[in-house]
Amino acid sequence: MSYMEFSTPSKLQKILQAGHFAVTSEVGPPRSADGKVIEEKAHLIKDYVDGINVTDNQTSVCRLCSLASCIRLKLMGLEPVLQMVTRDRNRIALQSDILGAASFGINNILCLTGDHQHFGDHANCVNVFDLDSIQLIQTVRMMRDEGRLIGGHEFQAKPQMFIGAAANPFAGPNVELRLARLAKKANAGVQFIQTQCIYNMDIMRTFMKMMVDRGLHEKVAILAGITPMKNVGMARYMQKRVPGIDVPEEVVERLKGVPKEKQPEEGINIAVDQIEELKEMEGIRGFHIMAIEWEEKVPEIVERTGLYPRPKVNGG
Amino acid sequence: MIRAVGKPLEEIIHMVQDFDKILLAGCDGCVTVCEAGGLKETKVLGSALRLHFTQAGQNKVIDETTLTRQCDKEYVGLLRDTIDNYDVVVSLACGAGAQFVVDMYKDKVVFPGVDTCFIGVTEERGWYTERCQACGRCILADTGGICPIARCSKRMLNGPCGGSEAGKCEVSPEMPCGWQLIYDRLKTLGQLDRFENPVDPKDWTSSRDGGIRKIMREDLRI
Repeated sequence: MSYMEFSTPSKLQKILQAGHFAVTSEVGPPRSADGKVIEEKAHLIKDYVDGINVTDNQTSVCRLCSLASCIRLKLMGLEPVLQMVTRDRNRIALQSDILGAASFGINNILCLTGDHQHFGDHANCVNVFDLDSIQLIQTVRMMRDEGRLIGGHEFQAKPQMFIGAAANPFAGPNVELRLARLAKKANAGVQFIQTQCIYNMDIMRTFMKMMVDRGLHEKVAILAGITPMKNVGMARYMQKRVPGIDVPEEVVERLKGVPKEKQPEEGINIAVDQIEELKEMEGIRGFHIMAIEWEEKVPEIVERTGLYPRPKVNGG
Repeated sequence: MIRAVGKPLEEIIHMVQDFDKILLAGCDGCVTVCEAGGLKETKVLGSALRLHFTQAGQNKVIDETTLTRQCDKEYVGLLRDTIDNYDVVVSLACGAGAQFVVDMYKDKVVFPGVDTCFIGVTEERGWYTERCQACGRCILADTGGICPIARCSKRMLNGPCGGSEAGKCEVSPEMPCGWQLIYDRLKTLGQLDRFENPVDPKDWTSSRDGGIRKIMREDLRI
């Protein structure tokens, strides 16, 4: 199993198979029934990316659903990446949504366990966690390659999913375990990875080196997660408050080194420099640019890093 | 053992205030060990209720008893001769014990005196932690003897998630990450090689998801 094999109609997969750096970004759905928000955000970035992730009730805050948003993107002629967490739905609902997504020609899925509901706006709810992210990867692969549900039912019209997941090289207990978990996801059938936001380039370099040493980079395409900082306040918040994110002090210092009104620009400069550095790391196959409530900056980052225009691929 | 904590006095007062004859029934089992519903706690509750209702000018009969176990008929049956002297029973046993009193005395009002919490251990006196969720199919042999279902906040079978940081769970900095414990343990035992094999979706039918559970031991049933 690798991203080069098990070809699907996914444009994202075709870009990677052709050897180009892939570029993806994401849109967060609104906390209302206003579907136009998705369209507006997508319009900002659509010509600069190969795929658009839609988050699934991220940080456990209830929002317009990822599946409906992805269908909306698909109907706009765009390439959605369906994010799916196992927190809120059991295996019946997850598989049902995968079949539903595939019925609309959605060809990319990002399999996640999801944040605990403790973080969100419904902290007193029940959680499901019938499966975890790795079992969801296994499930999508089985549905796609064997045409079979966990329960054993076999079917003909298989979901043609390019299978992705997340990796966080910066979480505990250490990089070794984080790589072992990536290997486990590869064993389960994952084909691409979008990493947690990278700020600590030293750890990322170590992670990639270990990955290349094991040959895992030949199986799994790594899209490096980039989130530009808007200012020192955001950097401090990410550093102190967001679990699993590692912001070295030098990043904060670089932002502090410019006047406050220049900090957003410097944040973009840091992102651009990171992408240029990451391009040189063996095994990095692309970038996942998560400009949180700052989607309008994605085109600038893509252009300045020479990733624009996006390559054309057959069927893409 | 099962761990429980006594309900707040105000809640119990609210439950029993419309009744005149109240029996407080403690249990000598698990709730005694965790000091939530044994003889001592039953007596303390009785004294507190008497004080409250006396001060409120209400004359109530409040008696205390404790049973060896409220999850066995032979002990719950010992209430038979006296239970009709009371309008209500407050059971300080776990939820199972309280319901067995209901089963055996179907016309009697029974209230819970404790909140039943989990199957756990005594870290220190007054400090209990969960170890088991009674899923009905033990996997400790595969996880270094540490249960991810009880000790991972997301009951992941392929953890740890990306929220594990410095050995702690994303839910709280005071909460150990269960998968960090498993990882450390597998490392100590030299069993890390098994870590990279994906664990298949669990069959939850032996857990509460399969419906109400029972054990039928034919070898014990004569």
